[in-house]
Amino acid sequence: MQNFVELWVYLSATPLFGLTATIVTYVLAQTVYLRLNQAPWANPVLWTVLVLAALLTVSDTPYPTYFAGAQFIHFLLGPAVVALAWPLWQRRFEVRRRAGAILLAALLGGTVAALSAVGIGYALGLPTEVIMSLAPKSVTAPVAMGVAEKIGGIPALAAVFAVLTGLVGAVSGKYLFDALGIHSLATRGFALGTAAHGIGAARALQVNADAGAYAGLALGLQVLLASFLMPLAYRLF
Amino acid sequence: MDSLKGFAWLLAAQSLGEGIARLTHAPLPGPVIGLVILLLALNFSFVQAPVQAAAEALLTHLSLLFVPVGVGVMVHTGLIAEYGVRMLVVIVLATWIGLAVTALALRAFTPADKD
Repeated sequence: MQNFVELWVYLSATPLFGLTATIVTYVLAQTVYLRLNQAPWANPVLWTVLVLAALLTVSDTPYPTYFAGAQFIHFLLGPAVVALAWPLWQRRFEVRRRAGAILLAALLGGTVAALSAVGIGYALGLPTEVIMSLAPKSVTAPVAMGVAEKIGGIPALAAVFAVLTGLVGAVSGKYLFDALGIHSLATRGFALGTAAHGIGAARALQVNADAGAYAGLALGLQVLLASFLMPLAYRLF
Repeated sequence: MDSLKGFAWLLAAQSLGEGIARLTHAPLPGPVIGLVILLLALNFSFVQAPVQAAAEALLTHLSLLFVPVGVGVMVHTGLIAEYGVRMLVVIVLATWIGLAVTALALRAFTPADKD
């Protein structure tokens, strides 16, 4: 037992721990998710985050120790944003053909998502730096962090809000679209990519290839629009 | 091999993007400029297959990449204790509004036969 404790103390302090824990937990969560026929509430990111946060809290492992290993996964968010060029390129003819509708919907949806967050946050009396961290929550996490920094928010908090937003979209989107009578998978995917970024897009991709392609397209557009327009809007007002 | 080549293209585009962002104080983050650079580079046919392999591998497991940041929620227990419920209300409501407006707008702007 003594040896086991020493071994745990050693292992939990190496970067190997954070990396292993993240991937193993995610693979398990993904397996359960597939076993449950991809039920929205069984979202693998949601459960991986909950299990890991509980594990770290119970074992008294500080977040920086975990992140020392998890950063290798986190780092890939940058190349993943660049990789969004591929779904955009693949759909370039369709994008050109429907350019007006797609751009307007992306612009309107993104603006409303950001403004409603700011408006509701203000109405509920949240502090300014929290509201400014909420504003870019519909943009994918690495970009949300950059935007939050430029408009007076807290980057780390903005990233967490972005992940939570993606989860809300991935878990409840299906029911919302059903209630609104939106049946086109392309439209559903596009909305998920716009308002619930990468996690919503990942959900769309698992459900249907067409929905996934539109979600990837929306995600790429939102990244471009938000990172350009949000700091601009902040400086103007 | 293709996916490794593609990953090299992704990293090169991102590095170039970061460089441009730093030099010009552009309002866009480096990876976003990298996205635009790669979009232009995809006009060359020898870039396409490698980038497809790497992008598909990376985007298939996109949701995994959000886990490390998501776990960071445990650091903000103070803010959560104080504003948790209100922050959750904002996130849920604003996300639903964003989803609904985007979907309804795209449907409204699209001729019925194409939807």
